[in-house]
Parts: sequence; structure tokens; C-alpha cells
Amino acid sequence: MIAVLRTIAIKEFRDGLRNQWVIAITAVFALLAVGLAYFGPAASGTVGFASLATTIVSLASLAVFLIPLIALLLAYDTVVGEQEQGTLLLLFSYPIGRTELLLGKFAGHALIMTVATVVGFGTAAVLIATFTHELGSLELWREFGYFIVSATLLGWVFIAIAYVISVSVAEKSTAAGLALGVWFVSVIVFDLGLLGVLVATRGAVGTLGREVFPYLLLLNPTDVFRVANLVGFEPARNYAGLVGIAAGGALSLGALSAALVAWVAAPLALAVWRFGRKEI
Amino acid sequence: MTALLKIDGLHKRYGEVRALADVTLDLPPGEVWGLLGHNGAGKTTLMKLALGILHPSAGRVEILGAAPRGRSGRIVRRAVGYLPEAAAFYGELSGREVLRYFQRLKDADPRQVEELLVEVDLAAAADRRVKTYSKGMRQRLGLAQALLGHPRLLLLDEPTVGLDPIATQRFYRTVRRHAAGGATVLLSSHVLPGIERHVDRVAILGGGRLLAAGTLEELRAAARLPVVIRLRGVRPGNGLDRFADRADITVQESAEGVEITAPAEHKLAVLRAAMGLPGLADVSVAPATLDEIYGRFVAAGGEAVT
Repeated sequence: MIAVLRTIAIKEFRDGLRNQWVIAITAVFALLAVGLAYFGPAASGTVGFASLATTIVSLASLAVFLIPLIALLLAYDTVVGEQEQGTLLLLFSYPIGRTELLLGKFAGHALIMTVATVVGFGTAAVLIATFTHELGSLELWREFGYFIVSATLLGWVFIAIAYVISVSVAEKSTAAGLALGVWFVSVIVFDLGLLGVLVATRGAVGTLGREVFPYLLLLNPTDVFRVANLVGFEPARNYAGLVGIAAGGALSLGALSAALVAWVAAPLALAVWRFGRKEI
Repeated sequence: MTALLKIDGLHKRYGEVRALADVTLDLPPGEVWGLLGHNGAGKTTLMKLALGILHPSAGRVEILGAAPRGRSGRIVRRAVGYLPEAAAFYGELSGREVLRYFQRLKDADPRQVEELLVEVDLAAAADRRVKTYSKGMRQRLGLAQALLGHPRLLLLDEPTVGLDPIATQRFYRTVRRHAAGGATVLLSSHVLPGIERHVDRVAILGGGRLLAAGTLEELRAAARLPVVIRLRGVRPGNGLDRFADRADITVQESAEGVEITAPAEHKLAVLRAAMGLPGLADVSVAPATLDEIYGRFVAAGGEAVT
């Protein structure tokens, strides 16, 4: 069981190396981080490396758009693509379980996102910290470590969501459309909707809103990531925007991490269940 | 001998569409079976059910005495090799990488990869990407993949589509070698000419029902199709008159002699009579071809259905 899972995971990861996904995502993450750190202070009239703490804030607000998109693009065709080229039928004829097959693929894709996040953001962080003489700040590395862990989890969340799409449709183009739809809803529409509710129920915000709002944000994994990274840092308070409402402290970092993990596990379980019942 | 693949009262419906209806078939070890039928006759569905990829609506499938689904499925599928119709494989991988991947998934002996590459004549192209392969090479890679782990049962779905005659011959030779080693082979085809030389028995599917199954001789007898006897150099009339007034025998003049169409059981009587005819230069006997037998059963099946 484990041997089969590993074989499939290794193949997915090698595919990621072969088609340049790993190197491309890593490079995008690293350039993004370094670029933001260097050009971030441009608004105040200068360029030059901003502190790592400030960079994390702007990085998090960009990662919220970028990571889900990359994860969805990486994984949306994993099952439906094999179905179209006929290899899924072949794999089903092998002495392997469908759960192993899907979990093996997940392990491979998750590893791609993990390597890209850790190596991409990590090298950028070391570079930035060298220029800003912050290398020695343990507190800062703890915060950046949390950013990397949560960014990785965010990637896993959208890989799992992409799997739900991939096992549910019969054509790659349908899967691509749905993946973009999911991305659009989770990074834009959901927040707009919440904002609308907030404005429309202005009277209630002061009382009920403070209680309920943080929990509504848990319904969207990108908001969980945003909250976790923005409200945790002192310099972030000014940029936090909508999610700043959750800054009241209703949600601890532990709770937010647990929410991200749940957002990985639930779609993955749904995908495994649907895959097990799939007839082709 | 006990059946290696046992299919018992198998039904499969997709919603309102009936894909298979009451198919019962036993395949003993060491035989090569041809599964014949039009496109949509249920050949692929039958194979998917045998592999446990699909759930039967009713009836049972057993391979080596166990069901291909559920708990026993994994063990059963270890003993099965499958070549799906028009499998594309992973174009970015080399032939060797594809085989290695499947070898690991099947937990087969790694050394078998190199043996199979030689056996299907892909050793020279083993490091090329599969997307550069010709149709025939891809099909051979597919066969190699199906042979991993020395399966007891080989299910080959339209394996020779797109292959040239030489490649087809070689393909069947490899299949035959494995059948000689004790494997049971079920290969589907909608291309009939030539297949009879490569299979021991045929099963004919039509509209999801099993229309006939057996050796070619058995089916020929059951179909009650006439043989055609050609006598070169013979003129109609003299000596053949005694057949001319029989309803089941027709005598026709052809360019080189006469052509006698007679029921198979009168073949020897006609030949005996022909031997003494003046001018006889050559005799040829053409039994009903697989095409004709197939056509007969499909037509009869169609009548029975409507």
C-alpha cells in the first residue's frame, strides 16, 4: 500500500520537475518576495529592501491570489486528464486501490507546492534578511516560518479542491472552467459578498458582527490564510482591511491552522469518496 | 478443467441503455478467445466488468475463483493483464520509464522490463519519449505492459487496430507464446478477416447478448452455412445432373469451370462424384468464412431480439 502510494507520488513529482512546474513556481515565489521587498517602499518615494515583517504582509496579500491559482492549475487535470488519455482505465485494471492512487497523486502534488513554497519564499527571505540585517531575529523567523507553513497549507487546500473537480467531470475543459470559477469565488466574490452583508447590516455589526464575522471567514480558506498572516503581525493591522475585523482575537493562530488543515482534509476526503464510486 | 474466467448471467445497464444482457461464458486456461462484435456490442463493457472496473447490474464474474471487485479484487487483478483500446500512455515519459512505472505498480520483477522491451522489439526505442512512437510501437508497449507480472488472464481490447499486417502477425505470435505458457487470452476485435488463424475459440456479441461461442468448426456447423466447391475444367451437365435438381445444392457455371454450393454434410458426396468428371483440372473447397458465420449469427440475433 505504502509502496504503491510512493511510486505514484514520485511519478507526479517527477512530472512536475519534467514539465518545469516546480522550477517555475519556485522562481515566481522567490522573485515575487524579493521584488515586493525591494519595490515595496516605492510608495514612500524610495526603493530598497523593506524589513522582512513588512514584506510578509504584502507578500501574504499577493499569495492569497497566486497560490490558489497555481495549485488549481497544477492539479485540476490530474484525474480527468488521465481519463482522457486512457491511462486511468489502465490504472484501474492494476492491483492498486483507488484511494492509494488519489492519495499518491496528492502526496506528489503537495510535495511540489511544498518545495516551491519553502525554497522560493525561503531563499527570498534569507536574501532580504541579509540586506536588512535581520538574520539574527528569531521572532521574525518564527513569523516567516508560520507564513511559509500556512502558504503551503493554502496550496494543499486548493490541490484538494482541484481533485474534487477533477474526479467529478468527464472533460478537461470543464475541469479548467470550474477551477477558474472556484478561484474567482474564493479570492474575490466571497469577500465582496461578506462586505455587502457587512454594509447592509451596519446596525448589527457592532453587536452581532463581532461575534459572527470571524467565523464566517472560516468558510473561505483564502480568508483563513489572510487572517492568520495579517492579524498576527503588528505592522499588518493597517493593511488588514476586511479581515481586520477578525483581529479582535476571536481566532487564535492554532484555531486558524486547524481550520486550514480541515480545509485540506475535507475536500480530499470528498474527492477520494467520489473517485471510489466513479465509473468510466 | 476449471474455468479461469467465469462469467455467469452477467447484465449491465447504464440507466436505460442495456449494454450487456445475460452473458454466460467460461474460459479455460491456455486458450485464446476472440471476442467479436460490432462497435457498441458490449465487448469493452464485458472486459471492464471482468476487471472489476464496473459493477455488474446482475450476475457474477470470477477470475481464478474470486471476484474482481472488493477485497479480493487486488489479488485477482495481479493475475490479469489488460490492454485498453487506443491507450495513449504518458507521452512525456520514455517507453522504459512507462514500463518501469507500471512494473512498480504491479509489483512485478524489475528485470522483466528489459525482457519485455526485447520481446516486443522496443529495446532500441526504449529511451525515446512515447509521444514520438508510431501507433504500432505504442500498441507493442501496451502489450508489454499487459504482460508484466506474467498474468494468467490477458484481456486485449482491439489490440490490432491500426497495425499493419506484419505488425499484426508479430503481435499474435507474442500472444500465442503466452497462451502456450498457460495464459488465457480474450481479445476483442471488430476486424474479422485473419483473426480465425490466431484464436482457438470465438464468442460473438451482438446488442449486448452472447450470440454464439465455441470453436470455428462448432460455429460453422451450428450456423449451417454451405461450403463452396470449385471444380476447374469441368463443364456443367455431364455427371453433375444428379445434383442439379436438388433444392439444397446449386451448380453454377463459372469462368474456369463450375461452382457447387452445398450443405457442409454433403461435401464429401459432392467431391466423390466430382473426382470422376472428365476434364477436371483442380478442386478447391471453401468452407464458410468467419465473416459469413458472424453475419449469420448477428442476423439471427437481430431477429431474436426484435
